[in-house]
Amino acid sequence: MQPFIRHTGIAVPLLKDDINTDQIAPVQAMRALKPDYRKLLFMRARRRDDGSEDPDFVLNRPQFREPGILVTGHNFGAGSSREAAVWGMLANNIRVIVARSFADIYRENCLQNGLLPIVLEPKQADEFQARVLAVDGAAPFTVDLEAQRINGPDTDITFDLPAADRMRLIEGLDDIGLTLKHHDDIAGWERRMAADQPWLQAATDSRR
Amino acid sequence: MPRTLFGKIWDAHLVARRADGRELIYIDRHVLHELHAPHAFEQLEKQNRPVRRPDLTFSMQDHTVATKPGRDDTTNPSGAAFLKAMRDGSRRNGITLFDIDDPEQGISHVVAPELGMVLPGATHAVPDSHASTVGGLGALAFGCGTTELAHILATQVMALQRPKRMRVTLDGRLAPHVTAKDVALRIIAELGVAGARGHVVEYTGAAVRAMPIESRMTLCNLNIEMGGRSGFVAPDDDAFTWIAGRPYAPKGPLWDRALAHWRTLASDDGATFDREHMLDCSTLEPQITWGTDPSQVLDISGRVPDPAALDHGRRPAAESALAYMGLAPGTPLVGLPVDRVFIGSCTNSRLPDLKAAADVVRGRHVAAGVIAMVVPGSSTVKREAEAAGLDRVFRDAGFFWGESGCSMCAGGNGDRGAPGERCVSTTNRNFEHRQGPKVRTHLVSPETAAATAIAGRIADVRRLRSGQA
Repeated sequence: MQPFIRHTGIAVPLLKDDINTDQIAPVQAMRALKPDYRKLLFMRARRRDDGSEDPDFVLNRPQFREPGILVTGHNFGAGSSREAAVWGMLANNIRVIVARSFADIYRENCLQNGLLPIVLEPKQADEFQARVLAVDGAAPFTVDLEAQRINGPDTDITFDLPAADRMRLIEGLDDIGLTLKHHDDIAGWERRMAADQPWLQAATDSRR
Repeated sequence: MPRTLFGKIWDAHLVARRADGRELIYIDRHVLHELHAPHAFEQLEKQNRPVRRPDLTFSMQDHTVATKPGRDDTTNPSGAAFLKAMRDGSRRNGITLFDIDDPEQGISHVVAPELGMVLPGATHAVPDSHASTVGGLGALAFGCGTTELAHILATQVMALQRPKRMRVTLDGRLAPHVTAKDVALRIIAELGVAGARGHVVEYTGAAVRAMPIESRMTLCNLNIEMGGRSGFVAPDDDAFTWIAGRPYAPKGPLWDRALAHWRTLASDDGATFDREHMLDCSTLEPQITWGTDPSQVLDISGRVPDPAALDHGRRPAAESALAYMGLAPGTPLVGLPVDRVFIGSCTNSRLPDLKAAADVVRGRHVAAGVIAMVVPGSSTVKREAEAAGLDRVFRDAGFFWGESGCSMCAGGNGDRGAPGERCVSTTNRNFEHRQGPKVRTHLVSPETAAATAIAGRIADVRRLRSGQA
């Protein structure tokens, strides 16, 4: 996984609650094994009924065409577990999402892909949102994970990410590798369970 | 100290605490589907890592399969690459596959319990947010993404943060024609789409105890629609009877040992939960969604709310939902003309769902101009329904009777509505464009869906059944 130390980019305000993965990455856009992840991001909201680009959608506005940070509301990423909703962000170079809160599975998928999910304290969230709206894409913000700070025009805001998640992102740790350090524990658990609850350690079709 | 059932299952599956503080939870059964597994197979192969326990892993073809009778890989052309990648990846890794033509193929959340792969007190993972459907049998199930799926394949554990505990107590007795789907929609309406975020929910109370296992699965299926990490019902004799004799369930002396253990699976008296919610089910009516998220729910006899009367925070979402749904405040939903009715999905496609719908349909006909579909949740359900003559009931009434799969729930197989259509559906999400571009979805129970197909308008099944339609 690509480590996350710091990221500088234009902050895009998409200030709605409950944006779900059907909006972020519509299933109809995933009809190929390798879809164009850059294009599928918010594919429906980007276009009007006649197929032309909707100039009012925030990511279509000239100053937000090369975004780096997404700023949004509560419960971001609700719905399906599809990871394309994270891959679409990365394909657009969005490596930070600042939300009021995240849906659980979406947040996990972010951490698995080096995308930094930030939840600010309500007061800081209000302040940051106001700054993002005022700056309106005219200048970038920098998110520094080691310092846990967001800096930008007249902006110096601290955030807090649990130490465990921070370590994984900063070191770009191979999650499977981290777990496989416990290989002996896993094998030991399997041996114990094969004795205590053997029905859990075997899944066979009794007809065959 | 009294413990919750969640705590007991979690602790029994806790393998180790990782250096970053995450807890490694062993996954007893891992069920894959073709929309996401091919990418995980590829990730693993790039890393040159084997699948640790192919014998505890099962592959299903469900999201992209066509439902047309006589289907094969080519019937839904965009699914072919997924089906092939799933087939090849499963074979390379030694994983049992339930392919498109397998007599036991179907939606993973329907097939795994019906074959006895899911057991009380077991942990279960699926790369799908509706994984906790199997909580109806007392299993602890987690939905996950693709990279987590690769992680489970390589290690057979998930690296999780311990969730909080929540208890939802459902008291009272359901009135006739009021179902688990109606109960679940009412809970989501009360708690909101993020109401259970970060929590594992235990459903309990007299109304749950009275529910057949399939209804408990419907209840647990919708847990994610309020953001829950997982949801389950403590297993009881009904659950044990349901599992007994299924192909992958333990047999003989092993069954007796398992049963003795399963009887210990309950939250202790006095166990504490981080949150509690109660609902009296005895006065509940059939429910229906009016908006574009599963918390925007009405009693079937209700009228569409006026956004101006809602609290400030909920107003913009309600306004945009009404615009999308083509509804005006104050409109009663009953009587609203519909274009399409869908009965199926991991929420409501098991045999009792189809029986309940068929009981409404029997001897009647789908209203002119309405496209009505029934898609059984598995090929086994389909066969059993046909043995009971349900297919004839539906077909004679003018329903399409399909091959099993996820179908119109997310439209990943090409089954979709046309723009502007109003669709009454037994699925789990009424998100914008989910069932097709600009399709307006109302979520309901199978009985309400069946009554609506007959009436051609949103219908109160209680009135149709009492002859007052």
